Amino acid sequence: MKWTSILIALVGLFITGCDEKADSNEPSGFIQIKGSDTLVNAEQMVSEEFMNDYPHIFVGVTGGGSGVGVASLINKTCDVAAASREIKPKEIELANKRGVLPKEFVVAYDGVAVIVNNNNPVSRLTIEDLHKIFTGQATNWKEFGGKDLSIVTLSREVSSGTYAYFKEKVIQLGKKDSTEEFTAETLLLSSSQSIVEEVMNNDSAIGYLGMGYVSDRTKSLMLGKDEQFYLPDVNNVLGGTYPLSRSLYFYTNGQPEGIVKLFIEYALSPKGQQQFRETGFVPVGGKVAKKD
Amino acid sequence: MRRKISEYGIELCIKLSGILVIAFVFLIFLFLLKDSLSLFGVYRLGAFLFGKNWLPVSEPAQFGIIPLLLGSVYVTVGAIIICVPFGVGSAMFIAEVAPSFLKHVLKSLVEILASIPSVVLGFIGIVWLGPHLKDALNLRTGMCGLTGSLLLAFMALPTIISISEDALVSVPKSFKEAAFGLGATRWQALWRIVLPSASSGIIAAVMLGIGRVIGETMVVMMVTGNAPVIPTSILQPLRTLTATIAGEMGETVSGSEHYFALFAVGLVLFIITFLINLSADICLHKARR
Repeated sequence: MKWTSILIALVGLFITGCDEKADSNEPSGFIQIKGSDTLVNAEQMVSEEFMNDYPHIFVGVTGGGSGVGVASLINKTCDVAAASREIKPKEIELANKRGVLPKEFVVAYDGVAVIVNNNNPVSRLTIEDLHKIFTGQATNWKEFGGKDLSIVTLSREVSSGTYAYFKEKVIQLGKKDSTEEFTAETLLLSSSQSIVEEVMNNDSAIGYLGMGYVSDRTKSLMLGKDEQFYLPDVNNVLGGTYPLSRSLYFYTNGQPEGIVKLFIEYALSPKGQQQFRETGFVPVGGKVAKKD
Repeated sequence: MRRKISEYGIELCIKLSGILVIAFVFLIFLFLLKDSLSLFGVYRLGAFLFGKNWLPVSEPAQFGIIPLLLGSVYVTVGAIIICVPFGVGSAMFIAEVAPSFLKHVLKSLVEILASIPSVVLGFIGIVWLGPHLKDALNLRTGMCGLTGSLLLAFMALPTIISISEDALVSVPKSFKEAAFGLGATRWQALWRIVLPSASSGIIAAVMLGIGRVIGETMVVMMVTGNAPVIPTSILQPLRTLTATIAGEMGETVSGSEHYFALFAVGLVLFIITFLINLSADICLHKARR
């Protein structure tokens, strides 16, 4: 009998949890952020700082890719969708059909870095070269002044915003009606971190990812054309000279309210932007893009 | 009277849980069927089953399942070729040869093997096994079918060992004694008499192992490279059915073509594992008789 009552008490606790009563004057609640794998580390930092300032608000951060974020915004399973690409017109249409009105915030700028192994002698490529490599027209590093090794192309999964961006800029070369695809030999890896691991371990690998994942364990290529080549760093991204520069976004359903508004404002504040800078991105300086 | 009522109550509860389990299986099947059939309203069945390209986010999207199906087949066949000799061999050792203290140690070790989370194996595959295989075999990349097969073989071993061992132990002692009586050596008795008598049990073990391997997701998603090519060799990167569903599920908007296509892939996977488990069941049934 004694054991039964203990068991019941435990099960009860398991279901209800030990809820500590929040001060009714302080904002409290739960914010779910889903989306971009590029942004996930920065979001984590921002939300940890945010939770320090507002101890009664819990922020859950999940990666998976920009597509995952946008899809869950449309399916109403997250409060903030993080995306490393703009929302597509098709997605806005789908969202509106379900009564979701995506509202866009630019939270940081980013350059898509193209990384190779530290032992790879190649240090600069043009977008044309990248196009040839990732569509499978060029298959050996010696065509670009490297070793006689066949090129292993690495990409993110199709749910990635970086994938979508790279496909548009490099595979289709900005032409919307182009039907070119990544070579089918391309390895589709499920996170930016696994691209870093594979590039570190493989002399002939080439991959792309957000600036937040650049470190000295891999080598970032200088991109450009006509003798003008640029590294993916803060100045070249802000100046727009790095060819693969882009914005990173947060999307909310309609104008954010309550704790979600608090969070967005925090992310765009100097304190929040500092976290984006520390994780390797380029802060926006409080500018908010208006677009409904 | 009171006893009768409680008897009846308990019986009812057990009956209900039994029926519920069967009902769940049916409901899952119907759910898969309903959502995957919706795909074929907008996409041709032939193009799905025989299509050679899996390009889910292109315009227009192509949902050809052949590269994924072959990816799964390659990884599974590779894993089975690796783990069956090892599994059956260890089962023979544990059942017939090992001294009793070693037997207990080995049996518990096999159980521990079964409890390693697949994501841990996947991680080992990425940082250790893949790079080593790449260097040893001089491959383009360590993220290939073979890495997946090796790790999956490792995961299927516990199933194969414990079920084969059961089958070997349940062979009547008199068979062996008769063999010894005719002058057979220990090896001859084991190889020619015990193993064939336990064959249906061992086949069932292998079948269940295959079922485990083909349905495994995390490991293959992490280590096989996920390139949706039609594989010609197990040393190539490839993409399996399970990794496709897991990798793409999050981004699909419910009700879209892509969403239905993933359900159709799920249905194909369900049918495959169902057939494998069914044949394993038939073999086990035969073994018991």
